[in-house]
Amino acid sequence: MDVKTWTYLIVGITFVAYIGIAIWSKAKSTKEFYVAGGGVSPIANGMATAADWMSAASFISMAGLIAFSGYGGSVFLMGWTGGYVLLALLLAPYLRKYGKFTVPEFIGERFYSKTARVVAVACLIIISVTYVIGQMKGVGVAFSRFLETDYNTGLFIGMGIVFFYAVLGGMKGITYTQIVQYVVLIFAYTVPAVFISLQLTGNPIPQLGLGGDVADGTPLLTKLDQVVKDLGFGEYTTSVMGSKLNMFAYTLSLMIGTAGLPHVIIRFFTVPKVSDARLSAGWALVFIAILYTTAPAVAAMARLNFSETIQTNQIGSTEGNLEYKNRPEWFQNWEKTGLLEHRDWNGDGRIQYYNDAGLGAAQLARVTAQAQLSEAKKSSDKDAASQIAQSQTALAEAEKKIANAQAAHAETPFAGYGWKGNEMTTVDKDIIVLANPEIAKLPGWVIALVVAGGLAAALSTAAGLLLAISSAVSHDLLKGILKPEISEQDELNASRVAMVGAIALAGYFGLNPPDFAAGTVAIAFGLAASSIFPVLMLGIFSKRMNRQGAVAGMIAGLGVTLLYVFQHKGIFFIKETKFLGGMEENWFLGISPNAFGAVGALVNFAVAYAVSHETDAPPEEAVELVERIRTPGD
Amino acid sequence: MADTKSLSERRQAYWRDNIRIMAWLMAVWFIVSYGCGILLVEPLNKISLGGYKLGFWMAQQGSIYVFVILIFVYVRLMNQLDEKHGFAEAEEPSAASSETEPESKEDA
Repeated sequence: MDVKTWTYLIVGITFVAYIGIAIWSKAKSTKEFYVAGGGVSPIANGMATAADWMSAASFISMAGLIAFSGYGGSVFLMGWTGGYVLLALLLAPYLRKYGKFTVPEFIGERFYSKTARVVAVACLIIISVTYVIGQMKGVGVAFSRFLETDYNTGLFIGMGIVFFYAVLGGMKGITYTQIVQYVVLIFAYTVPAVFISLQLTGNPIPQLGLGGDVADGTPLLTKLDQVVKDLGFGEYTTSVMGSKLNMFAYTLSLMIGTAGLPHVIIRFFTVPKVSDARLSAGWALVFIAILYTTAPAVAAMARLNFSETIQTNQIGSTEGNLEYKNRPEWFQNWEKTGLLEHRDWNGDGRIQYYNDAGLGAAQLARVTAQAQLSEAKKSSDKDAASQIAQSQTALAEAEKKIANAQAAHAETPFAGYGWKGNEMTTVDKDIIVLANPEIAKLPGWVIALVVAGGLAAALSTAAGLLLAISSAVSHDLLKGILKPEISEQDELNASRVAMVGAIALAGYFGLNPPDFAAGTVAIAFGLAASSIFPVLMLGIFSKRMNRQGAVAGMIAGLGVTLLYVFQHKGIFFIKETKFLGGMEENWFLGISPNAFGAVGALVNFAVAYAVSHETDAPPEEAVELVERIRTPGD
Repeated sequence: MADTKSLSERRQAYWRDNIRIMAWLMAVWFIVSYGCGILLVEPLNKISLGGYKLGFWMAQQGSIYVFVILIFVYVRLMNQLDEKHGFAEAEEPSAASSETEPESKEDA
């Protein structure tokens, strides 16, 4: 069977399973719709949490990010797992003891304030909507690349599947589908990793293979360090991302942000007891760790395979580089998608991939500007003149960059070999995991499995996010604030309508990806870290914390984080409106916008503390609530 | 012992113990990730662990394993603490629903 048949078969089987579960697990009460009836076992919930949490980003993008940043990529590994320690120790058991359905509900009751509840709903919706856009895009891309449908059709099929089990089953349907999705995705992730680890190091366990030896007896990581260093890149096992401080802040932001993501927190409302919530966090991390400890092995091995595919022999020898006409089939497949691109700058018919001090990128900018210029000159538009002027400016800028880069390039040994810039002008990091089985020449069913795994990762996370959105709308806004007298049956219907609305909204953004889609990680994690996490933690750990402190803290944390992200990335990510530029020299203490959530959280804590001590103590009921949630059985 | 003290005294004692357990575990959490994985990574990299440099291994593997162990240690210590102060949860109300299987009688 060819790859396409396998893909249809495996993806088809998984989709039938998801729909079967939807029919079997229809929610009959609001408790079933919001928290799956509160009777999910800790291990089952741990597995569902792992699928809920691991998105298209974890499955598809993370290994690629690590492959091209080496040691610096550790921030993702530690950040996205260490958050579960915070969740288990600081939030999950107490919120489970509280025993209701949503995160804003707790915030509203603990701080005896509808304002706090509405602010929490707003944060939750912004976080979850930005997050869900990426998932929808992942579904569309996976379909269009592997099933050769167009992007929109793929998106509609994905929406239809989620619609079926999320609207019918609510949290109950989502939970049991996520368990199946976890099995699919972890199998899909580890099988190719095992094969590749075997091929490179002879060890079938990737976590050990990463520390193993390659065929010539040198350790894999030592070999990789040497290979990338010879090509002018930073040493793999020691290259830092930005600075140590940036890595520290980045890790902290991801950890706090993970612990503050509402769709993850509500999963702990589904277990029967407080002690189960703790245990469930442990199991969730076990299931997550299986993928997260495999990812660095996938990353390093892919980087080595990729470099050695292109640099086949001695650097500087004519025979050392792969001839373009001999490039492997996977290379050609990915070129078609535009995610992999080669330009023969020195015209030798071979591929050079190395650290060129920015020369290749600058030359590419010139090519683009020239194309725009000739386009504008041919155009009879009324604003053709301004287009010409624009592209001329771009051209001049590119020329200047080329001159600078050429000076730096001349210093490198590569200039002496007749190399004229890095010829791999596009290597999209997302292709690493998807192309991995092809690079390692694995059979068709493995490739099909990876597609099904990527879809499972994206769909399971999308469903969890959609549930968080719809329960915030139907339970917090409708039942909690607008119409408290609504009957349970009506609320259940309303939550289904809200779910349909959320899916439609996510689909709309999937079809028309807004400019800010690229900045979603910064926004979603930054907001969760700077607003939701601190307010929850203070609500549990400080009896003195009052309404004024909580609201002021949330707004301050949110404000600082948004301001920092916007000033470097543009207001709502519109490039022209960034007023400090994205340049590193303007970063506060060298902290990148993606890593700023930790600072926002500190601001939130400080403001909340100061304001609460200047205002009245919280009422009796709030203090009693805190005392009640702190102890499990009473 | 639990019966002779008032609820609020028991709650206070429980919370003090809880904070102590948390502080210790959080210290370990900090040391393995921020300490070994970031701040002290260069000196640790001088030590090798199989084909790994130790600092790199802590950052990309070791810290994750320690996180998992930490949560299970926390689960155990907290269950003991629940017992000690008489806050262990009753098995009864949730016994039926804590099985892995969902309440299939409703779904049939």
